[in-house]
Amino acid sequence: MSYFKIETRNVSLYYGNTQALKNITLGVPENKVVAIIGPSGCGKSTYLRLFNRMNDMIDGVRVEGEVLLNGKNIYADGVRVEDVRKRVGMVFQKPNPFPKSIFENVAYGLRINGVTNKRYIEETVERALRQAALWDEVKDNLKKSALALSGGQQQRLCIARALAVEPSVILMDEPSSALDPISNAKIEELIWELKKKYTILIVTHNMQQAARVSDWTAFFYLGELIEYAETKDLFTNPRNEKTQNYITGRFG
Amino acid sequence: MQLFKEVGQAIAGESKIQKKRRLPYLTDTLVRAILFLCSLVSVFTTLAILAVLVVQSYYFFREVSIIEFLTSKQWTPLFAEKHFGILPLLCGTLLTSLIALLVSVPLGLAVAVYLSEYARRPIRKVIKPFLEILAGIPTIVYGYFALLTITPLLQKLIPGLGGFNALSPGIVMGIMILPLVTSLSEDALRAVPDSLREGGFALGASKLQVSLTIVFPSALSGIMASIILALSRAVGETMIVAIAAGNLPQLTWNPLEPVSTMTAYIVQVSQGDTPYGSLAYNTIFAVAIALFVLTFILNMISFRIRKTFMAIGGGN
Repeated sequence: MSYFKIETRNVSLYYGNTQALKNITLGVPENKVVAIIGPSGCGKSTYLRLFNRMNDMIDGVRVEGEVLLNGKNIYADGVRVEDVRKRVGMVFQKPNPFPKSIFENVAYGLRINGVTNKRYIEETVERALRQAALWDEVKDNLKKSALALSGGQQQRLCIARALAVEPSVILMDEPSSALDPISNAKIEELIWELKKKYTILIVTHNMQQAARVSDWTAFFYLGELIEYAETKDLFTNPRNEKTQNYITGRFG
Repeated sequence: MQLFKEVGQAIAGESKIQKKRRLPYLTDTLVRAILFLCSLVSVFTTLAILAVLVVQSYYFFREVSIIEFLTSKQWTPLFAEKHFGILPLLCGTLLTSLIALLVSVPLGLAVAVYLSEYARRPIRKVIKPFLEILAGIPTIVYGYFALLTITPLLQKLIPGLGGFNALSPGIVMGIMILPLVTSLSEDALRAVPDSLREGGFALGASKLQVSLTIVFPSALSGIMASIILALSRAVGETMIVAIAAGNLPQLTWNPLEPVSTMTAYIVQVSQGDTPYGSLAYNTIFAVAIALFVLTFILNMISFRIRKTFMAIGGGN
């Protein structure tokens, strides 16, 4: 067994002839939050999407190296990508609730897995909504369209939707960049709460956010992993000059 | 000569250059006026057609009550014993159109989902032009295709089927409106934002699950609009039913029977030797106005659905 819940070993990724990720080795320990920071186009999101194989859908993508979940390579032959995605949930930059009711949004992951037990679905939806700190706001309106919720509520709904299929890892791609400060604070609080049960990898543009929510922080630059350290060390005492320049706002 | 010209310009108070400057402005106004008149043509045509329909059917409804027109179960204006009930024609129209929908909706939606969600670009590039060719075939060709190809084929499958029936033109009309259903539905499916597809995939849904449980429901209003528009097209279709349906107005829902539709009846009378201005002649305007109202309602419904669909922004 690997020490890390998820990790990459010498992973390079190519879009056609351009190399987007260069030989990246990085691991996330269980029940920790790791933040990935770096300027736009540095490969943060591409890196995140390795872990649920969302890059597969783009034509001409090639991955080299090993991407491990619980020590097993998820790019190995015979691995069903759907199974990987059930164990690795994802929250996107822009809230993307389905145009269905609040209840059906959260129940979706169960239904596509063939769960029909009504009681079980109801219990799971309630649990997921409570975990996402949304239950009290929506419990009387579960049949209402998810599109009627505010942006912040929609994002927490998307988190609940991901939690309902009981993944062990959650990927977050700038989950609060499209939200107002109060919704943002709620999401960050939620990440602290979720850490107890889940392993979280979060991409963020917001360095304060990385400093507040993460245990470890990785700095990416032009497809390379420049520095990976405990968050407080990386922000107070960066070892690499590029990291220092970035966190002090000299570029990026 | 040159001198006269210049003198003339001097009198008019304009130099050559000034005149040249005014020219673009003049052509602008002129072009604008011509284009405006062109657009008026379509407005006036619609109004003129409507006026003719109303006036001519007024002569008809002076002699036949609207109640008989809408409730009588027989349509025999050319017989000695005359009945003027639109129901058999309406029934024939709806019967052939519904058969067309039964063919085109499942097939069209399957093709639309395939083109929007599955097909790679090179394959789409091949299939789409074929659909457009299908849309460009003259309906008279479809009509003979129904009569001479599909009907004999059906007669082999269904013993005792007559040479004229509702089924064969219905099926062929379905093929005719297939491109309409396909391309409008495909537009609606493609308008669904990718972020929703990603949301589904990220939960471990398969391509088929994402297509059927997320993309399709999100595009439902656009798809409904396309179906109603196709229905309206089928209701108005003339040639196929005039050739292959049998021109026998009877109140039946049996697709194996010959029927007549509103459009086919109009063709029949306007081609025959019915004297101009007679009651029998005026029936075609009464039928036409009923047809006009029917397709108008269908188009309105389709328009409404599409408008709300756009307001939602395709599920965004």
